[in-house]
Parts: sequence; structure tokens; C-alpha cells
Amino acid sequence: MLVAFVLVTVLGAAAAAWSSARSASTALVTITQQRLTQDIAGQIAAAAPELTYPPDQDSLDGLRAAVGANTLVTYQNLQSVDGTSTDLVTGALRAAVRAQSRLVTQRITASGQPWLLVGTPIMITEPDGERTPSGIDVYCVRDLADVQQQIDSITWSAVVTAALALPLAMLLALLAAGSVLRPVRKLRDTARRLAAGDLDARSPPRGADELAELTVTINEMAESVQTSMAAMRRMQAEARRFAADVSHELRTPLSTLTAVTEVLATATDGMEADARESAQMAVTETYRLVRLVEDLIEVSRFDAGTAQLRLEDVDVADAVRDCLRARGWVERVDLVTQPEIQLRLDRRRLDVIVANLVGNALRHGEPPVRAHAWADREQVWIEVTDNGPGLPQDVLPHVFDRFYKADTARTRTPGSGLGLAIALENARLHGGDLTAANACGGGARFMLRLPWKPEDA
Amino acid sequence: MAAILLIEDDPLVRRGLQLALSRHGHDVRTACTGEEGLRELQTAPPDLVVLDLMLPGIDGFEVCRRVRAASEVPVIMLTARADDFDVVGGLEAGADDYVIKPAQPTVLDARIRAVLRRAIATPDGVRVHRDLRIDTEALTVSLHGEPVTLTPTELRLLLTLSRAPRRVFSRQQLLEEVWEHDYLGDSRLVDNCVQRLRAKIEANPAFPEYVQTVRGFGYRFGPV
Repeated sequence: MLVAFVLVTVLGAAAAAWSSARSASTALVTITQQRLTQDIAGQIAAAAPELTYPPDQDSLDGLRAAVGANTLVTYQNLQSVDGTSTDLVTGALRAAVRAQSRLVTQRITASGQPWLLVGTPIMITEPDGERTPSGIDVYCVRDLADVQQQIDSITWSAVVTAALALPLAMLLALLAAGSVLRPVRKLRDTARRLAAGDLDARSPPRGADELAELTVTINEMAESVQTSMAAMRRMQAEARRFAADVSHELRTPLSTLTAVTEVLATATDGMEADARESAQMAVTETYRLVRLVEDLIEVSRFDAGTAQLRLEDVDVADAVRDCLRARGWVERVDLVTQPEIQLRLDRRRLDVIVANLVGNALRHGEPPVRAHAWADREQVWIEVTDNGPGLPQDVLPHVFDRFYKADTARTRTPGSGLGLAIALENARLHGGDLTAANACGGGARFMLRLPWKPEDA
Repeated sequence: MAAILLIEDDPLVRRGLQLALSRHGHDVRTACTGEEGLRELQTAPPDLVVLDLMLPGIDGFEVCRRVRAASEVPVIMLTARADDFDVVGGLEAGADDYVIKPAQPTVLDARIRAVLRRAIATPDGVRVHRDLRIDTEALTVSLHGEPVTLTPTELRLLLTLSRAPRRVFSRQQLLEEVWEHDYLGDSRLVDNCVQRLRAKIEANPAFPEYVQTVRGFGYRFGPV
């Protein structure tokens, strides 16, 4: 921007110098040309009445002498010449004079010098006022070297003036650019900081121009965004705290329910069929409620940032196998693992993730369900795939959302609707990630990535 | 069947757990505050205490510490799920095990039975390791001829480790053998119990001779 400013100034100064030199020299040439032409025309006009017609060699010589040096006068085969420069008279000039029957000028450069050629026919005025060419043509050659010298000196002085003025112009340009650009730059920096999330960024307005107004407007905008964001954060925090509080409050009655429904469940033998079914439902739903509340509490712990890793040295293959075995899934899952992947991680959290992914695959996908664990230089991967129809494209971006259920008719799944959200949070707590996609041959594919060292993440 | 003292402030939870544990065959007495629980403990010592950590008055941690100071009765605490502060605090106060609330009576019963089984190890005579004498039949331990009182969990941990001196046990193995936990057992149970055991049998717990740490793997007995 600054460079452009200076460039424009320099170009402007150069153009001004060039154009002034140019117009001065053009004016000089024009004036000189006019003067010479007028002189010649006047001399011819003074000498012409003394011409005899048709002219002889003497009268031609007389005319030539009246006009001055370097003049050529022609009449049919006769001609009167003076000076060597008359060789410069061009055929084009002669043709133009004959064709137009009036005074014609031409500027030429010969032997490195500028020349002015003037050609004019001598006209005869009939008694009725009609003018006809007499056949006598006068050609003059005038040296323009003096004019050229003057032009050169004008150009030179223009160049010198420009060279002297240029540093001053540049200095002024820099000063002007600074005073205009600095506030703009400050405003730009402020806008950048705002965009980057620093809502405290402001720039103080200076002066009373459009820029100052813009600055004030941007400051106001930042103020209102900041206020809205703060309000939103407060509401979000309140909502989360509310969810956490509710979950904790639910725990006490659930403790009672859990205890007594189990008593109910073991006492169904003597019951009527409907009472037995009711007792069974009470037990099932209580367990569901317990899981939901536990998941809610877990999620609120992530939200509050109080979730902690309990790191232990774990053999990943063993951990995945244990997870499957504990849930009776060993027969239903193809487990392929690279041996000897020793990773420091939270066993319980890994178990939660793997159980969730495999559980989902078994519930929503088709067999064979595959769990694959391997490691490379940077990280450890656990991939769970199934052979089902895969995840619909519109569902894919939402699978990790809380309480998101792809199929509204399938609201009675045993899950809380928080499983994948919790799995993702657990992966992130390890400095890793969890992603969902569809495998090439169809079927959902979930990839868990865990870095070798969680603290490096 | 065991005599259980349940210390829980919420009347419905207290009654519900009492009903459920009774159905599992236990004799359950209850107390609604820590103070009342500690009084009960003296008037009629139970086989085991089930202790809620959130209590009005003196809290569960303090109750646990006082129980430990007075007797070797096993304590199972009821804690909010994986609430690290609760778990760590409870274990440091001397609890033998913990169950996450809302506690399923079946799970609680299994833990109770496992804790109580710890006092009944397979007897294979008397083991003497330098100054430490372990009688696996009488289930007594003495150091320099002086009897050492261990909780059932500490005793079972010592019996398990000393059964195979120099053999390294991982925390997971110990959790399965001593606590009868599944594969997700909390290894902090082991670490805490080892610390308490060392405080009782080691001359310098910071440089243990009997229960040694094998970094990255677990624990072993000896070599003495």
C-alpha cells in the first residue's frame, strides 16, 4: 500500500515534467514554423506583383532573391536555385503543392538536423476575382537547429526540476500515506483480533473523518457481539449446571428405586401375570434411567472440565479383548490386533469407547462386525466396522451429537443417546479423536485415534 | 449371611437397601448419621460396614477414619460414580472397597461377600520371612514376635503375595484375586491397600523389604 502510494507520486511527478516539456517544445515548434511561413509568404507577396508573366529566368531569379537564401523557384522547365539545402525539397512536397494549390509545409530530419520545408504556388488573380495557379512554385528550406537546441534545453531543465522535486514529493507521499494508512492498518488489526475471537479488541477513533466513524461503528459492533456472547455463555453454563444438578438430584431417588425394584424382581413368583410384567418393566426402566443419569453426569463432567484421566500402562489388544469378553461379544466380533501395543491410557474410558462402538455396530449394523487395532509411529488406531447399510449421509455429521437419533422410530434403543458423544469426549480427553465414516464396501466405520503420549496432544 | 451396619442419611435409600440386602440374606442394621453409626459399631460390632460418604454432621471420610482407628471391620463405601475426590478420599481413609451409586444390591452383595471371604484363605501352614511370621491357619501375622492387626483385605493381600515370593503380581491380578473385581477394577484400591500394609509391617515404608514395587508392572513379595 505504501509502495503503491510512493509509486503513484513518482509517476505523477515524472508525467508532469514530461508533459510540460513536451507541450512547451510543441508550442515552440509551432510558433517558429508559423513565423517562418509568414515571413516567406510576406516576401513572396511583396515580390509577386513585379513578376512578368510568363516568367523568364531573370524574373525567377529576382523572385528567389526576394525570398532569401535556400530557395528554389520553378516554372515549367525553368528553375532558379540558391543554396545547397534546396536538394532537401521532397517530391511529396512538390506533389502536395501542385495538387492543393496552396501553401504547404513539411518537417523533415536530414543529416541529423531538423528542417522546415515550405512550398507555395504563385497564384494569378483574374479580373473577375478567380485565382488560378500561375505554374510558378516557390520552395524554401529553413534550418530548425536553433529551435531544436531550445527544445533540448527545455527538456533538460524539466528533467532537472523533476529530479529535484522527486525526493520532496516522495517525502510528502510517505507522510500522507502514513497519516491515512496508519489508522486503516490499526482498524484492520482490530478487525483481525475480533475475528480471531479476542472480543476485547478496540481501536480508539481519532479525528472526525469517515475513518473515525467507521472505527466507532466497529467498536460498537464488537461491544454488542461481546455482550451477546457473554449472555450466551452464561445461559449455556446455567443450562449445563442445571443438567448436572438435576442428574445429581435424581441419583438419590434412583438409589432407592434400584434397591427396591430388585426386591420386586426376585419376588415375582407368586404374582399375577400383569403384576409380574409390571414389576419386570419397573426393573428394566429403572436400569435405563440409571444409565441415562450416569451418562448425563458423565457429560456434565466433560462440560465442566472436571473429567480426569486415570492413566495406566495398558495392552491395547488385551483391553479390547477384555471389553468384548465382559459383554459376551467375543463370538460375534472379528478381532484383529497387532500384539504388544503398550499405551498409557485410562482403561475405563477406553472400555467405554470400545463398548459403545462395538455395541452400536452389533445393534445397528450387520455381521460381520470387525474390531481392528494397530499402531504406527505417531499413534494407535482402533477401528470398528460393520457390514450393514452404513450411515446415511444426512446422519453422518450428527452421529456424535447428544441425543441425536437417526431413526425416530427407533427411540427405544437401550442406549441413552449420549453414548457416542461420551465416546468422542473420552477420545479427546486422551488427546485423540473419534471419527465416523462409511467403509468403501458399505457399512459404518468408526476410527478411534489415540496418540502415544496424551500429554503431547 | 453377615451382620451389616448400613450408615446412610436418606431414609428411603436406607430402607430400600436394607430391604434388598436382607433379601440377599444379610442381617442389616441401620444408622442415619455418622455419630449414630459409630455408637452402633461399639454396642454391636458388625461383620462389615456399608458407608455413604455424603452424611450430615461428621462426613463419611471421618467416620471411616474413626472406624479404622477402632477396629479392623471391613468398610465398603457408597460413592458417586468415579468421583475421584470421593474415591481417593475414601480409600485414604481406609475403606476396603467402594460401590458406585445408585448401588445395585446384587453388585453390593457380591462385594460384601468378596470382602468377607478375604478372611478365609487356603491354609498352608506357617510362613516365616525374616522377622515376619504369617500363620495361614490362624490367620495371624506377627512382626518381631509382636502381633500385627490387619484388616481382612490387607491380610488377604499379604497372603496372596507371600504365597509366591518373588513372583510379580500385576495390579489387575491382585484386583481379581484379592478384591474379586472384574477387569475394570480400580488399581487405586491395590495401591492404597499396599500403603496401609507397608505402614504396618515395614520398618521403613519408604524403602519396603516385604512388599516391593516393580515399576510398570505391579508388586511382589521379597526377595527377603
